[in-house]
Parts: sequence; C-alpha cells; structure tokens
Amino acid sequence: MSQAIEDRGDFFIMHNIVKEYQMGEEVATILKGVNLTINEGEYVSVLGPSGSGKSTLMNIIGCLDQPTSGEYILRNQWVDELDEKELSHIRSKEIGFIFQNSQMLPLLDAQKNVELPLIYAGVRPKERRERAAEMLEHVGLGDRRHHRPNQLSGGQQQRVAIARALVTNPTLLLADEPTGALDQKMGRQIMELFQELSDGGHTIVMITHDLNIAKHAKRVVHIIDGELTEHEGGELEA
Amino acid sequence: MKKLFSSLSGRFYMLVESVRMSVSNICQNRMRSFLTILGIMIGVTAVIALVTTVSGVSSSISDSFTSMGAGTMTLSVSGTELKSGLTDEDMKSITALEHVLGVSPTVSASLTVSADGVSESGTSVSGRNAFYFSYNTDVVERGRSLNELDMTSSNRVCVISSDMVETFFYGVDPIGKTLYLNNQSFTVVGVLKDDADSSVTSLVAGSSDILVPYTTALKMNSATMVINLTVYTDDIDSSSAVESELEAFLDPLFNYEDDTYSINSMESIGDTMTEMLGMMSMLLGGIASIALVVGGIGIMNMMLTSVTERTVEIGLKKAIGAEPGQIQLQFLIESFLLSMVGGLAGVLLGVILSALLCSVMGTAFSLSYGAIALGVGFSAAVGIVFGWSPARKASKLSPIDALRRM
Repeated sequence: MSQAIEDRGDFFIMHNIVKEYQMGEEVATILKGVNLTINEGEYVSVLGPSGSGKSTLMNIIGCLDQPTSGEYILRNQWVDELDEKELSHIRSKEIGFIFQNSQMLPLLDAQKNVELPLIYAGVRPKERRERAAEMLEHVGLGDRRHHRPNQLSGGQQQRVAIARALVTNPTLLLADEPTGALDQKMGRQIMELFQELSDGGHTIVMITHDLNIAKHAKRVVHIIDGELTEHEGGELEA
Repeated sequence: MKKLFSSLSGRFYMLVESVRMSVSNICQNRMRSFLTILGIMIGVTAVIALVTTVSGVSSSISDSFTSMGAGTMTLSVSGTELKSGLTDEDMKSITALEHVLGVSPTVSASLTVSADGVSESGTSVSGRNAFYFSYNTDVVERGRSLNELDMTSSNRVCVISSDMVETFFYGVDPIGKTLYLNNQSFTVVGVLKDDADSSVTSLVAGSSDILVPYTTALKMNSATMVINLTVYTDDIDSSSAVESELEAFLDPLFNYEDDTYSINSMESIGDTMTEMLGMMSMLLGGIASIALVVGGIGIMNMMLTSVTERTVEIGLKKAIGAEPGQIQLQFLIESFLLSMVGGLAGVLLGVILSALLCSVMGTAFSLSYGAIALGVGFSAAVGIVFGWSPARKASKLSPIDALRRM
C-alpha cells in the first residue's frame, strides 16, 4: 500500500469512463469516455453547467456509483467491480465527502456528527472523541463542539461537514458545490479553508458550476456534455 | 487475532452508538413511538392477562378437586349376569391390596321417612360401613357414629342430618328417638355435622340426609351385593398404582368382560379439568396474540414511514462509509426497542390486570413465568420480524437516490 502512495502515477486514475442510463426506451450516455488523472496533493476543480454530467462524475469518483465501462483506480485499488459492502469500505477509508447542504444529522451535536464516520469505521470511543475534537478545533469550531445543527450558522455547519470529511484522514476530499448554500462572505471563508487544507497536503476535488469558485483551484477541469477538457487555473482569469 | 479483536470491538462500539441513535430517534417522534408501543403493549397485556388468569382459575379448580377427594377413588360396578356386585369377601380382598387403607360402600335408597305424624318421601338414605365413620371422624356432631356391631347385626340405627332434626324433631333432642324409614322403626343415635359429608361419595352420589349401616340398607333394598364403593388410598400419588391393582383384581372377578365396572379418582377428574382449561388458555392466548400481530403491523408501518422520512440521513450515512448491514442494524434496533418497551410494559400491565381479575374472581393469583417469557419473547420476535423488511429497504437504498433529495 505504501508503495502505491509513493507511486504517484497510480494515485488516482480514470480511464475511458463511460456511464449510461436507461431512460425508458433510450439509452442516455452521461459520461462519454472520461480520462482523468490526479496526483496526490493536487487541488482540482471540475467545472460544468447543470446537466453536463458533473454530478454523475462526482458519484463515480466518490464510489457512490459505478461506471458502465472503463477503469477507475484509487490508491492502487480497482474500484469498478466492487460490491456494495466493499464500496462502503472505500468510502469509509478513502473518501471524505462535503455536500452542498452540510447535511448534519439534526439530532446529534457537532462533536457526534464529526464522530459518525469513525463510528462506522469501528474506532474506539476515546480515540474517536479526541480525533473529532481535534478536527473541530482545526476548522475553528473548538468552542462549538456541543452545539446542535440548529444552533449553528450555515458556514459553521459547512465547517462541521468539512471536519467530518477530514476526520477519517481520507485519501481524497470530495466537495460538491461546497459554497452553494452560503453567502459570499462565508463562501470566501470556506474557500480560504480549502486553500489551507490544500497547502497542508490534502488532495481535493471540487465540483462546481461557478467559475469564480472553480478558479480557486490550481487546476480546473471543464466538463461539458459528458466530456472533459483541461485548463490551468490561470487561463480562466479573464 | 489482534485484528479480529479490534474488528469485533469496533463492531461493539458501533452497536452501542446505534442503540444510542435509535433511542434518540424514538424519543424524537414521541407521539408516534408512543402509539406504536401502545399497540404492542395492548397485545402483550391481553396475552399475559388471559393466560395468567386462566391458569390461576385452573390451578384453584384442580386444588379444590384434589383437596375434596385427596386419596380417594370411587368404584362403580355394573357387573355381569352372574355377579351383579361386590360381596363382603370382595371388599375384604380390596382392603388387603397394597396402598389401600380401607373401603366404604355406599348403598343408596330413596325412602319415605316419617315420625310423629310428619312424613317426607324421596329422602336420600345411604348405607355406610364402620370404616367410613372411623376414617371421617368429624362427620358426626352429636351422639355416636355407626360401629362394627351395627354392621354385623344389621341394626336399625341411623345418623341424621340437622335438616332432618329440624323437620322431625324441632326443639327436642333427637338422640334415642324413633324414626320410620318405609315404616320400619330406626333409632336415631347421632346427628351429622352440616356439610360434613363433602367426600367424593357425596359428590358422586349426592349428599344423604340419613346414614344407616350398609348391611341394613342392603336388606331394605332386598340386595346382597354392593355396587358403589369408595376406596381410600394411603397417598394421593398411589391412586394410579391402586387403580391397576383394582383392575387386576376385578377383571377375573367379572370374567374379563367389558364395561362391568368403572374406577374414578378425583385426581383424574381434576386432571381432565386442568387439561381443558389449559386448552382454553391456549385458545384465548391465540386470540389475544392477534392483537400482537396487529401491533407488529403498527411497528412495520412506523418503520416504513421512518425509512422514507430519513432517506437523506441514510444516504449521508452511506456516503460517509456505513455498510448496508450497519444501516439495517440501526433500523432493526429501533423496531426491536419499540416492541421490547411495549412488551415489557405489557407484561407489567398484564400481571397487574390478572392479579386484579383473580382477586375479583376470588381465585389464587400465581405469576406464570411461562406467560411472561411468552410475552417478552413474542414481542421481541414481533420487533425483529416486522422490522426486518423496512430495515432491509433502508439498507438497499441507493446513496445517490438518497442524496439527490438534499
């Protein structure tokens, strides 16, 4: 396994990924042979309008869905052809999800929400509490650990979600419109946090339809009509 | 090995958290949970109350049967054409059997009784032997009982009930007075205690107002043989042994013909009663368990609603790494907890209710552990069986579909 981390070429590879859906009589092809390689520590945004297939791509990257054909290797593991249980293990160990709406569980406080992935991973209670507390401290919510979601602002909830995504120490941080539900100021704070995480060595893939958000990443990948085109972050300045 | 242990302990921590989350989910939907629990509770209460009450009634019935006829059995002889009953010799042989204390014949007659111009027809007169009086020492309240000499010489003496005293000797001492049975004069030697004749014989033959020596009664009936006999055994438990001894003795006596005699013990009658009541309690329990099934359907309904409502939660948990099995477990724990709370409350209420019912009916209340185990076990099973399919449905939800609703 450690061999695979060193071998940067094998870190994240998608080769000729095709995703088709049966729409009544017709077959709709959502992804038309996507090729994408991401290196460890990269900060990539996937930019595309709605209906471009970016959500489908995110689901496949996040191991929530599987491609119709093509190869997907995450940290030297072949992700296609895994069953439901194995996929849930990949999601538990390798992926940290951040959704548009932070989606905290309403009955649990911030601390317990962050502990949740560790609970499913079977981490001991003491270690679990420490790691969750540490992570909440890290995103600047050390003093709000025992607040319920309804006692937190949208930005704070999104920070809880980021802490929850980071707490398992995942290979890949996967964000779907992370600022979509936030105002500009809060959105900017979240983008600053992402930059910090990237600087700290985390690998981030961010899905967005917003060019202004996308260009925070060093590398921007365009997805239009199920096909990818690459840009450098700088090229999109205009 | 270490890895196995850490994976097991990890599952344990996960289980603990699942229970915790289930409890907070149940508490969140207070009204709905309460109603669902109520459904199970009513079912379990009904089962427990019915089963416990019926078993209380049945044990008190069989108790009273046993106390009434403890250690006695009755023998009725119809006999054959050659031999229509039992002789004194036969009775001696039966008395000599192992575990037999003694025998007492009952020779019944319905006679016209008169004294001092008062007459009453159809009075039940019963012939008994000396053993009857020596065994049931408290039958005679005043005067003397009938003894061996009365038997051998067929004395015309009698012991009468207090009803008879009131009818024929109101206000005077009856001892030594003369009473006419079918116009034959008898001397009253004793008075029976009220309700003293509560033996098996009286239960089978009806209580008698006048007791006379059986030999005298036989003569008045123009009979020589005894057809009803009470056999007293030395122990309640030996009745079956005595029964087979009696069969061994009587079969050759009556030429091995069928239906020449019948043996009844109170135990066997009591057993039959208990058996019938047991079947009745099964039947009632069965009917009451329909309520439990309805309660189970209530749980299923609530869980299905819950799964639909919590689609997003399920999707999110799956996205952050919950296995399908872990999701299923979470929902199963919830339905299990709901039905167990209902079940335990039902057991408590059922026990209270049946204690009340028993005290109203005046029967002894006894806690039936079987019924409690049945109630708890049944509700646990209901929780798992009816929670299974909703939990399965939750675990099968596709995380993408679930998250699309966000």
